[in-house]
Amino acid sequence: MPVLEGLSFTVSPGEILVLRGPNGVGKTTLLRTLARLQPPYAGTVEAAPDAVAYAAHADGLKATLTVTENLAFWAGVYGGHDIAPALRDFNLEALRDRPAGNLSAGQKRRLGLARLMVTGRPVWVLDEPTVSLDVASVELFAKAVKAHVDGGGAAVIATHIHLGFEETVFDVTPYKARHDVIRNDFDESFL
Amino acid sequence: MIRLFWRDITLAFRSGGGFGLGLGFFLILVTLVPFGVGPNGEMLSAIAPGILWVGALLACLLSLDRIFALDFEDGSLDLLATAPIPLEGVVAMKAFAHWITTGLPLVIAAPALGLLLHLDSAAYRWLIVTLLIGTPALSFIGAFGAALTVGLKRGGLLLSLLVLPLYIPTLIFGAEVVRRGAGGFLVGTPLAMQAGITAGAVALLPFAAAAAIRVALR
Repeated sequence: MPVLEGLSFTVSPGEILVLRGPNGVGKTTLLRTLARLQPPYAGTVEAAPDAVAYAAHADGLKATLTVTENLAFWAGVYGGHDIAPALRDFNLEALRDRPAGNLSAGQKRRLGLARLMVTGRPVWVLDEPTVSLDVASVELFAKAVKAHVDGGGAAVIATHIHLGFEETVFDVTPYKARHDVIRNDFDESFL
Repeated sequence: MIRLFWRDITLAFRSGGGFGLGLGFFLILVTLVPFGVGPNGEMLSAIAPGILWVGALLACLLSLDRIFALDFEDGSLDLLATAPIPLEGVVAMKAFAHWITTGLPLVIAAPALGLLLHLDSAAYRWLIVTLLIGTPALSFIGAFGAALTVGLKRGGLLLSLLVLPLYIPTLIFGAEVVRRGAGGFLVGTPLAMQAGITAGAVALLPFAAAAAIRVALR
């Protein structure tokens, strides 16, 4: 069943696009489509699959691996980027030898977001990245996103809070697919 | 891809990783059989090839749902699916890591357990050879089953039902080689059949499993 329809947008390098809309409107579905985790019913995603780095509610961390091991694994998968800047920018250096299972929810989130920096991919697609982050961590995150787009990257972020940078806001609510119309299209005369 | 392999091996050895689960089950099962069947050496050596192979198969089955379910729950599978390594490679590496942590320990432990079951001395060689050739098929077929049931809560029962029929040819040919080896007969045909099943499973099932995972992630 389609959730959104008639929707179109472009994000240029250096731009941050913030998706807004009430819970359940289809922001996650849209972001997963951008990340090629699911195909759209119709239409196309122009961004190349290997340009997109996706981060969602689940951080993909292994509880028994340390912070460094978790990050080094993803760095290795994405071609061996240096993990030191990511640890520094997300203030994880003091926690580097701690198993991820012992981190607090906010620290896990920071580690999950630090993963984006080691992917080396230009387009960040983020689903509610600030969940369970405190004010200081939100600032760290906003700074990292700012640095990323200043370096020629782009970001598409679904969030409910204001992150404090220049952003293009895109409200997906008007594009909600109207199932009642579709249902009325059925012709029951064949019965 | 090799990173993923080492990560899975490391995870299996860390606490709660499940290494030793299959091996422990195999040891317990084979140790209990002589108590249940009785001390009749002839009877034991007649059923030894079958018991050892059934034990190996069930031990393998025990840890199958861990292959993808854990990565699915913590979101790693989403991230791996968007990573620059092909999903087919992810499946193959994870199945291979499963074999190293589950199948290979069984191959190593089986000769010692053959002793408990009065396995005929001529059959040891064939026991090791068939387990070495056959257990990779168990891991790769199992990875396919795990991929089909990855999105399901408590998919373990369905996984067993799906996978067990696919395990039967490997079991038949494996136990048959050991039995023929014990009797001093030619083992070429069943051994070739078993090797063929393994080669086919290793070559084809990662593609089927990757397709199943893509559907599950939608």
